[in-house]
Amino acid sequence: MKTAEHDVLVIGAGGAGLRAAIEASAAGVSVGLVTKSLLGKAHTVMAEGGIAAALANVDERDDWKTHFADTMRGGQYVNNPTMAELHAREAPARVRELEAWGAVFDRTPDQRILQRNFGGHKYPRLAHVGDRTGLEMIRTLQDHGIHLGIDVQMECTVTRLLTDGNRVIGAFAYEREQGRFRLFRASSVVLATGGIGRAFRITSNSWEYTGDGHALAYEAGADLIDMEYVQFHPTGMVWPPSVRGILVTEGVRGEGGVLRNSEGRRFMFDDIPDLYRTQTADDEEEGWRYTQGDKEARRPPELLTRDHVARCIVREIREGRGSPHGGVFLDIAWIRERLKDSESHIRRKLPSMYHQFMELAGIDITKEPMEVGPTTHYVMGGVRVDGETQMSAVDGLFAAGECAGGLHGANRLGGNSLSDLLVFGKRAGEHAARFARANPRSAPDGAEREQVAAAEQDALAPLERQEAGGSGVGAYQIQSELQDLMQTRVGIVRNQEEIEEGLEGVLALRDRADSVAASGNRAYNPGWHTALDLPNLLLVSEAVARTAAERKESRGAHFREDYPAKSERWGKTTLVVRKGSGGGMELAEEAVTSPRDDLLRIIEENR
Amino acid sequence: MASRTFHIWRAEAGEEGGFQEYSTDITEGMVVLDAVHQIQAESAGDLAVRWNCKAGKCGSCSAEVNGNPRLMCMTRMSDLPEDQPVTIEPMRAFPLLRDLVTDVSWNFEVKKAIRKFKPRPPDAEDGTWRMDQRDVDRVQEFRKCIECFLCQDVCHVLRDSQKHDEFIGPRFFVHTAALEMHPLDTEDRLADLRKAQGVGYCNITKCCTKVCPEHITITDNAIIPLKERVVDRFYDPVRNLFRIISGR
Repeated sequence: MKTAEHDVLVIGAGGAGLRAAIEASAAGVSVGLVTKSLLGKAHTVMAEGGIAAALANVDERDDWKTHFADTMRGGQYVNNPTMAELHAREAPARVRELEAWGAVFDRTPDQRILQRNFGGHKYPRLAHVGDRTGLEMIRTLQDHGIHLGIDVQMECTVTRLLTDGNRVIGAFAYEREQGRFRLFRASSVVLATGGIGRAFRITSNSWEYTGDGHALAYEAGADLIDMEYVQFHPTGMVWPPSVRGILVTEGVRGEGGVLRNSEGRRFMFDDIPDLYRTQTADDEEEGWRYTQGDKEARRPPELLTRDHVARCIVREIREGRGSPHGGVFLDIAWIRERLKDSESHIRRKLPSMYHQFMELAGIDITKEPMEVGPTTHYVMGGVRVDGETQMSAVDGLFAAGECAGGLHGANRLGGNSLSDLLVFGKRAGEHAARFARANPRSAPDGAEREQVAAAEQDALAPLERQEAGGSGVGAYQIQSELQDLMQTRVGIVRNQEEIEEGLEGVLALRDRADSVAASGNRAYNPGWHTALDLPNLLLVSEAVARTAAERKESRGAHFREDYPAKSERWGKTTLVVRKGSGGGMELAEEAVTSPRDDLLRIIEENR
Repeated sequence: MASRTFHIWRAEAGEEGGFQEYSTDITEGMVVLDAVHQIQAESAGDLAVRWNCKAGKCGSCSAEVNGNPRLMCMTRMSDLPEDQPVTIEPMRAFPLLRDLVTDVSWNFEVKKAIRKFKPRPPDAEDGTWRMDQRDVDRVQEFRKCIECFLCQDVCHVLRDSQKHDEFIGPRFFVHTAALEMHPLDTEDRLADLRKAQGVGYCNITKCCTKVCPEHITITDNAIIPLKERVVDRFYDPVRNLFRIISGR
C-alpha cells in the first residue's frame, strides 16, 4: 500500500483546510493535504456574500467587540465565547492577509476594501467580490498554497482515522482514480471536511458534504456538540424542481431585495423578535435607507438572522400565502423605483445571481421577482475543540471550519463562515504543527496493521457483496430515502413524534446499509464511493435526530412546534454526542460555558 | 414527463470505449447533469462523472454535450434538440480516466510553474493597500475563472497539436493576465510567456472565448494584451537595436 509520512495531515481542502495547510507549512513542518475533489473545487467556492470582519472601512463605528456581540446574539448565547472572541478579534487580519496574497476585493471610494450589509451584523461588515467571494477566497489560498511545498493528494477520500490509544497517528484512504488504498502516517491531523447537508433532500451543499469529519472524529473518540442546530438558509431556489435548493445569496437582501408573499405584503415586518426589536427598521422607508448606507437608519427585517427569516417564510407558505411553486417572492427588481440605473447596478452587484436565474430558470432578476424557499445550508454543530488550539478530545486531532462546533452557537450569521475558516484554519494549522513538533509519532505497531486491515475490509465490502450475489441494495437508493426522511422528519419545523419517526427510520436504514452493494470495479466508481459515504451520513443523521429529540425548546435554528419558546434550563445546556463504551451513540448534557466578565460586559453594552 | 435517449461515452482508462444508449424521464428544468445522475441511480451505478456544486460555480462537470464543450450542470435539457439523442462524452483534450472523467492534472502542474503574485510594499502604515475600483475591474474579470478547463479542451494548440510542453493554454494566459494586470503586482512574466509558455502559438481563433461559461473575453482582454506586451519587449526594432549595441 502506498504510504506517506507527514508531520501534519490536513483532511479537506476548502478554506479551512487550505488555510491550515498554509500555516502548518509556514511553521516549517511537512504537510500533506488530502481532498475528495480537485483542488479549488471544495464547497467554499460556492460562498457568495462575503467575509465578516470588523475592518470598519465603511462604518467607522464597527469594532471587534460589536462583531463579537453580534455573533453571540445571533447564536442565542450558547456559542463558545472564546471562539467568538478570537474570531471577531482576528478576522480583520486574516482578510488583509488574503489581500497580501493577491485577493482582489471590491473597493470603497477611498480605495480600501468595501464591506456590505448582511443579516444580523450591525454594521456593513462583509468584505466581498460581487457575489463570488468564496471563489476569490479559495483561489487565493490555492494559488498561494501551491508554492509552499505542500504535498497535495487530490480525489482521495479518508474513511478512517488511525489511533494509538487516545492519540491520532494517521489516516486510511482510497484514491478515486483507480480505487487504490493509501496510508497516511502523521503526528497530527487537522479535520477540515465541511458539513452534512447531503443528509437532506433540499440542500445548497455539494455531494462532498457527507459529514466525513464529524464521523471520523466520532469514531476516533472525539465529542460532537450542538448537532441539533442545522441551518436552513431562507433563500434557496425553488423552481424548476431540478435546481431546488441552490443558494440565493443573502447579498440580494443586503443590496435592498425584499421578501413578499402572494398578497404582495412585506411579511417580515409582521414578526420581529424581541432580541432585535431596537435594531430593526420601523418601516420600509427606513429599511431602504439602511441598505443604501444611511448610518442613522436601522436594518430592514429581511436582514434578521437566517433562522428567523426561514421560519417566517415557512409560515407564509403553510398559511397559503406562498408563491406558485411553494416559496415566497424575493424582489430586487423593485429598486428601479429608487435607482436610475438599477438594472446594471443589480448585474454588477449580483452577477452570479443574475446568471444563475437567467440560465437555470429563465428569469431576469433585474425585471421580475425570484421565487425562493429555505434550503439546508450549514451545520453549527461539530467536533468539540479547544477554543484556542482547535484540538479535540483526541490527542493530535484538530478540527476547523464547518466540521468544528462552538463558534456559531444555535445559529450562524452570514459571512461568519468564511471568516471562521480563515481564523480557525490558521489556528488549527499552527497548533497542529506545534503538536507534531512536540509529540512526534512513534513507530507503527500492530495496532496500526489491525486498523488498516479492518478499514480495507470495510471499504471492499460493498463490491464483494455485489460479486457474491448482487442482491444487496444500492447506495443511491438508501441515500435518497435518508434525504427524504431527514427533510420531512427532522427539518426546519420539528416535533417529538416526527423526530422519533426520523430516528427510527435512520436506524432502519443503517441496518439496510450493512448490506449495501456496489456494481462495477474500483476505478472511479461513484456507486462504490456513495456506498462508502453512507455510514458517515447515517451517523450524523442519527446525531442530529437524537439531539433534536432531546432539546425540548426552540432556540436558533432548532425550532420545535411542540416547544416553541426558549427555556432557561436548556439555554444553559450543551448536548454532547459521543461513542459509548458499548459502541452505541451516547448523549450527555453539559453546562454552556459562560463568557468572562469583560466579555459579558461587551454583550450587555451591545444589547 | 417525456423519456429522452442519451448516448454516453463509456470506457476504462486505456480502452477503446464507445457510446452506450440509455434513456430516462426528463422533467421541467432538468439539466444534463441531472439526467446523468438519474441514469446513474436507475441503470448505471458505476457511470463515472465528476461534479461538485451543480450550480456553475466549481467548474468540475465539464464535458462535450452534443459535441459542444459545456458544463453539464448549466446545460438545460430544454435547450437541446428533442428529435435526436443527447450525446455526452468526456473532454477530448485530456487523457481519459473513466467514462466522462478525464485526467486534468497537467493543468495543476502548469499553474505551479507560473511565477506567483509579488505585491509592492503596502501603501499605508497599517500594512494595507489602496486600489481603485476601476483598476480592479479589469482583473476581476479574469478572476471569475472557475477552472473548468473547457478553454483548454477546445484550444487547437493543445487539442490537435498537443503542444502541452510548450504552451500553457488559454486558462493560464488568463491567470497570467490576472497577475500581470494586478494593480499591486511587481513580478515580470514576459520572458516566460514568450519562451516556456508559448504565447506566440495562439493564433487568435477565439475558440476559448466562445466556450467560456463565465463569459470571460479570454482572447481580446487577456491573450492579445499579453502578446502585445511580449512584442513590445522583445520584437520592437528600436529596442532590439539598443539590445545589440548595449549587449544586454
